[in-house]
Amino acid sequence: MHEKIFEKIEMEKNQTGNIEFFLGEKEMKSFMLPEFIIERSDERCIRCRVCERQCPEGTHRYDGELDMMFHAEEKCVGCQRCAVFCPTNALIVRPHPSQYRPNANWTREKLQDLKKQAETGGVILTGSGNDKPYRIYWDHLVLNASQVTNPSIDPLREPMELRTFLGRKPDSLEIKIGEDFEGVEIQSELFPNVMIETPIVFSAMSYGAISYNAFKSLAMAAKEYGTLFNTGEGGLPISLRDGYGSSAIVQVASGRFGVDPDYLNVAAAVEIKIGQGAKPGIGGHLPGEKVTEKISETRMIPEGTDALSPAPQHDIYSIEDLSMLIYALKEATNYEKPVSVKIAAVHNVAAIASGIVRAGADIVAIDGLRGGTGAAPKIIRDNVGIPIELALAAVDKRLREEGIRNKASILIAGGIRNSADVIKAIALGADAVYIGTPALVAMGCTICQKCYTGRCSWGICTQDPYLTRRLNPEIASKRLVNLLRGWSHEIKEMLGGMGINAIESLRGNRDHLRGVGLEEWELNVLGVKGAGE
Amino acid sequence: MVSGLSLRDMFLEGVRPIEKLLRYVEIEDDRAIIDASELKHKEVNDLLRYVALKHVTKVDLVNVVGQRYIGTRLHIPNPSPKLEIHIQGTPGNDLGAFLDRHRIIVHGNAQDGVGNTMDDGEIVVYGRAGDVVAMSMRGGKIFIRDNVGYRTAIHMKEYVGKIPILVVGGTAQDFFGEYMAGGRVILLGLNLKEGERHKAHYIGTGMHGGIIYLRGKVEDYQLGKEVGILKLEEEDWKFVERQVEQYCNYFGANKEKIMEGNFIKLVPVSRRPYGKIYAY
Repeated sequence: MHEKIFEKIEMEKNQTGNIEFFLGEKEMKSFMLPEFIIERSDERCIRCRVCERQCPEGTHRYDGELDMMFHAEEKCVGCQRCAVFCPTNALIVRPHPSQYRPNANWTREKLQDLKKQAETGGVILTGSGNDKPYRIYWDHLVLNASQVTNPSIDPLREPMELRTFLGRKPDSLEIKIGEDFEGVEIQSELFPNVMIETPIVFSAMSYGAISYNAFKSLAMAAKEYGTLFNTGEGGLPISLRDGYGSSAIVQVASGRFGVDPDYLNVAAAVEIKIGQGAKPGIGGHLPGEKVTEKISETRMIPEGTDALSPAPQHDIYSIEDLSMLIYALKEATNYEKPVSVKIAAVHNVAAIASGIVRAGADIVAIDGLRGGTGAAPKIIRDNVGIPIELALAAVDKRLREEGIRNKASILIAGGIRNSADVIKAIALGADAVYIGTPALVAMGCTICQKCYTGRCSWGICTQDPYLTRRLNPEIASKRLVNLLRGWSHEIKEMLGGMGINAIESLRGNRDHLRGVGLEEWELNVLGVKGAGE
Repeated sequence: MVSGLSLRDMFLEGVRPIEKLLRYVEIEDDRAIIDASELKHKEVNDLLRYVALKHVTKVDLVNVVGQRYIGTRLHIPNPSPKLEIHIQGTPGNDLGAFLDRHRIIVHGNAQDGVGNTMDDGEIVVYGRAGDVVAMSMRGGKIFIRDNVGYRTAIHMKEYVGKIPILVVGGTAQDFFGEYMAGGRVILLGLNLKEGERHKAHYIGTGMHGGIIYLRGKVEDYQLGKEVGILKLEEEDWKFVERQVEQYCNYFGANKEKIMEGNFIKLVPVSRRPYGKIYAY
């Protein structure tokens, strides 16, 4: 067989001078090692060419003459699409075993990045959240359960409340009770709040970063389950406004894409995006090739133009300016919607959050070090910001100390992986959590981190119609609803185990948390005791 | 420790219900006069909304003393009224922010944020305006008789037929047209002396859409590196002339004299100024 292949290489070389496919030769020979190795069982392979069709990178290739499948491993991003869709399970895709000399300092990733930059001179892009081994505090916090002295509650038999209200709460609640205890009336002034059935909200992912079908799937699932999705800063397509506006948090970011009075008014809440956990302090560039006709219509910018979101919002250079925009949005929405302000978790997050609440925000959203992204410079994603657990604990503590915790809900994002993370976040003081990556994974994502290429084989993070068709909103939204249902049920079980029947009673209740394997300063910041204490 | 109860809401404290505000408004058929001298910004918009729903089409808003967001809360899809608001006094920041089809005429100066993310309608200022005029403006027109401040026309946009237009009679400060993604901006420099250059530096930095028509002198070093200088084509002259004519109608300047001036056209050199900085 090998002889035959060499023969063929020779033939192609002679005929066309093109040996690129076989030798990966380009203008400048790349010194990069392939990231993945593809192992194909020739016995199992039936030459159906599914892998070839499924791979947007062009990794697989069928040679009719030889009746053989070939692959160019250097193109493989490890998304596992081919392996999942191979009808005979003939494919194994795994990290490439070839190694440079082991070196704790100069890791393979660092070397590869250096080579890539030497070959391109560019800023290295990446997608998804920070993958570096920073301490994951969720994994060092354990939950409590009732034993003997306090009965646990069985959520299968007893009502369990996960319903959550996002928005400003009054300083005190005055109630007027009519004669004979009839007609109870709330006398205090109430502020606009949004009700969600579970404390889980889909993170901001814009139409543009993700496909229309992925965007719509999130909208459909949020609506069906009674929670919210976040439009990100790419606008809300007109076709989705009537149906899903009331389940949307609409973003106003530095690019102000697609922000019109109707967009603001159809939504459940409005969010000012200051920063993102994956790229604190920098803006975003949606490359022109992703600005298709539909996206240009939704963002209201010309087709093919880069959609540039500058790093700052140019009307916000201070807390006072932020306050001005918060109230501009309250004005624009007739004081009917809560206004959220989303920031990245950075060093002085507690003081900044206090300023945000004092500026009039009804929700403070904080996105941590591990927050995801469709595209960000890797150097920033991996090195800027602080873990969300510490940021959340610091913000909740600060707002309590200042007596303004009731004035805003806290929504956190960046690194929530399962229902235990959700419940721990709530015990640390969050009102609800944003989930981005888990929702994408539910739709098929395998966190290959290549979102920025626009060639997502799962049809999520792409605008290529051949690929976006792979995601059926009816099915994907069902998966998302299943995820919400599964997590919500787990949360109820854990709550019941603690003897609590309403999520409200757990909020900021750090007594239900203990730390394991944490330093004293970490316990202090988190405001939890060590296990056994 | 600070008590939360002492947290003052600078915007909403002491805001009165609409019933108590009616003494500040007089309505006669489709006209109304609102005396803003004792009103908070929310109260001004409460009354504007009130009169809009009473089928008023022209409002005189007098004694305005820095109230913000005038006209912002007039997105009323049904029955979709359209107001013409004449402002006497000085409106505060974010005049006409997110404006929806209405007309605002300021008989005096305006402050920062005029037409912030404005969607449609028209704002005419018989005077000067502060910083960030027309930021992220998406549609409609703004005419400013005199100068504007820093960061004017930042990230203006356009989409197919919806093209925002900003005409400034005087000059502008730095970062004029930064990150511009669409729209048309005309800077006339009428108050510059003979041979005096425009004030702004970093004109059109990061610009990737839209057109700036600039009359008068500007040095190369004042321009961002993402802008190219072109001569005006016939279409451009026609467009500029139409806007200048309107400017003169409003402010009484001499159109012929303005059109005799030296115009240049600034356009982005690329619709993708930062397309090449990344390694994929």
